[in-house]
Amino acid sequence: MAIDKYPTPMLDQLEEGPWPSFITGIKRLRDQHPDQRINEMTASLLGQLEHSYETRKGYWKGGTVSVYGYGGGIIPRFSEVGNAFPESREFHTLRVQPPAGNHYSTAMLRQLADSWEKHGSGLVTFHGQTGNIMFIGTSTDGTQHFFDEINDYGWDLGGAGPCVRTAMSCVGAARCEMSCTNEQKGHRLLVNNFTDDVHRPALPYKFKFKVSGCPNDCQNAIERADFAVIGTWRDDMKVNQEEIKGYVAKKGRQYIIDNVITRCPTNALSLNDDDTLAVNNRDCVRCMHCLNVMPKALGVGDDKGVTILIGGKRTLKIGDLMGTVVVPFKKLESEEDWESMVELAEEIIDFWAENALEHERCGEMIERIGLVNFLEGIDVEVDPNMVSNPRECSYVRMDGWDDEAVKWFDRQAEAS
Amino acid sequence: MAKEMREPIETGCPDPFQYMHPSMRRNFGMWAYHEHPRPGVLLHVAKNGDKLWTIKAGTQRILDLYTLRTLCDIADNYSDGYIRFTIRSNPEFFVTEESRVEPLIAKLEEAGFIVGGTQNSVTTLSHTQGWLHCDIPGTDASGVVKSMMDELIDEFRQANMPNRVHITTSCCQINCGGQGDIAINVQHTKPPKINHDLVANVCERPSVVARCPVAAIRPAMVNGKPSLEVDEKKCICCGACFPPCPPMQINDAEHTKLAIWVGGNHSNARGKPTFQKLVAAGIPNNPPRWPEATAIVKRILEAYKEGAKDWERINEWIERIGWPRFFEQVELPFTKYHIDNWRGSRKSLNSSTYIRF
Repeated sequence: MAIDKYPTPMLDQLEEGPWPSFITGIKRLRDQHPDQRINEMTASLLGQLEHSYETRKGYWKGGTVSVYGYGGGIIPRFSEVGNAFPESREFHTLRVQPPAGNHYSTAMLRQLADSWEKHGSGLVTFHGQTGNIMFIGTSTDGTQHFFDEINDYGWDLGGAGPCVRTAMSCVGAARCEMSCTNEQKGHRLLVNNFTDDVHRPALPYKFKFKVSGCPNDCQNAIERADFAVIGTWRDDMKVNQEEIKGYVAKKGRQYIIDNVITRCPTNALSLNDDDTLAVNNRDCVRCMHCLNVMPKALGVGDDKGVTILIGGKRTLKIGDLMGTVVVPFKKLESEEDWESMVELAEEIIDFWAENALEHERCGEMIERIGLVNFLEGIDVEVDPNMVSNPRECSYVRMDGWDDEAVKWFDRQAEAS
Repeated sequence: MAKEMREPIETGCPDPFQYMHPSMRRNFGMWAYHEHPRPGVLLHVAKNGDKLWTIKAGTQRILDLYTLRTLCDIADNYSDGYIRFTIRSNPEFFVTEESRVEPLIAKLEEAGFIVGGTQNSVTTLSHTQGWLHCDIPGTDASGVVKSMMDELIDEFRQANMPNRVHITTSCCQINCGGQGDIAINVQHTKPPKINHDLVANVCERPSVVARCPVAAIRPAMVNGKPSLEVDEKKCICCGACFPPCPPMQINDAEHTKLAIWVGGNHSNARGKPTFQKLVAAGIPNNPPRWPEATAIVKRILEAYKEGAKDWERINEWIERIGWPRFFEQVELPFTKYHIDNWRGSRKSLNSSTYIRF
């Protein structure tokens, strides 16, 4: 049956060129899909998108849509120009949590595709910027039907609104020799401990967990996560001197000196006269550069763990913030170790929920109250690894100095 | 009508092991090293000698079901029926025999996907929802990405940049596209236009007042109705008031522009992570192909490719050559808007005699 097609002269120009075109894909759903509902919905979507391209304005408005039992997980979209483009008048997105590390079997992808074909527009993204599978475009009824179906075979909604959001982790131990922790385990233990806070938005604002297995931080955790877990190690890095010699023989001494030795941020490397590598592991900050250049010769150590940084976020409202080191090193071996990381997250979220202003990210709260007040609130002791440098301004009241100095020496004595 | 509603099963994030390629399951935590045999292909070798080739491809990211099923068909017929997606939405396919690498690449390319995006390439732009689905977008995302990747496709395929290049886009100044070596972000240049008839009904006024980063919004009676007014001398045109108060329209066909930022780097390698810095603004938001923004991105990439040393990311290259030479090389103006005046910005000023001549 013929459906109304809107002219799309501007979008048509996005079908030209060698990179795959999303417009061509949407048109295939409009023109070739056997289900008329999908034909009409995508035709209408293309009409509204063309209208946006012509007028340089967006025409979606939010609203309140969720599934039974939850308060979030859906991005509601109602069209402001629904009279002109009625078949995509309601065009909500479901945020679905991917498996940690984004692994899929084709059998599972096909099952999700079949369900989405029944209830949605046929458009999907792996993944959105927070890390969710984005099933883009369904009616209010469709959200419930689709969720009921995929929830039955093991998929759950992610976060939307002021809540704990869907977490992210890198491929990690599954396929990377740089991995210093079990990224997937950390990811799932953390976010699945807060399922209630994911599904029922009641926090000051969003809260994100991201896990990267090494300081290359492929998940952008330090920049983007309220709670960043980064794998690291504290014993010596592994050096295979025969492989080092191999790299030198292949690339030349000058290349190795210019690209490895002198690029070390703490000058912890030296190339010996016999083309072996000397490493000062006490000065090494685990930046990963030399391991990245020579992955066959250099490896992470055996005494692995994680560094935890708190408070990374994007621009709104006070400007971009990086996370700050709150736990310099934590072993994650025994179940108690893992459990204590989850407890730290609980402590932080509780303190933030109690003390943040409305719409204030954890990092912004720390900026407002100061790191020391935050640390006291979550019962974590100060550590010089938390700062780039000590205070530069003398304008501070320090009559508690003697007590604080005693605490430091007591802690040092206890640790040794 | 008393239909029983189904209670959700709150399973949260699924266990990935059930969907993981058997070689990754078997060698979990046991990998020894990796190599980069050609652009788009990574070879990981496990401690027991197992080899796993990963083939990475670029797609349109907004996938229709036909495209998704094509990816599945390829995985079923040419690899082992598993797909992983990277943080930049590139699908990865896996094979355990070298002989299967080239047929898989040929099939992906025949189906219209672009193989590449590994190591020192320009990988797929990370992008947001834009006009297709966002409620506050100043521009489109998928269209910008498609237009730019058409131009940058050789850099995606070839992997001959000094180091990897991550490009991001964001359709509003909240910048949910994140930090990138190059970021193409919306920059509004005029205060919001307020529909005073709607504010009282649609907006929770105290929340909107609190949302403004520079305290430029105050409650006011306009035409006898409770509304909000903006001190346009203080307003920085960031658009933070628009999401909680849609009658404060910030998007404008003419005055919503694009800005380009460079030097965001999330890795700790060689230096601490860095935020991106403004280099160009006032770029027209020009659908359907945004040629002006693409031209500047290409100039920056050419200068970087020409001037950077191996392993230098864009931020490190600029730190070495200095900002004056950067602006000279990419032929962009340096203006008063490049000098930061936000909180903490004194640390971005040069308090030394470090000047290059």
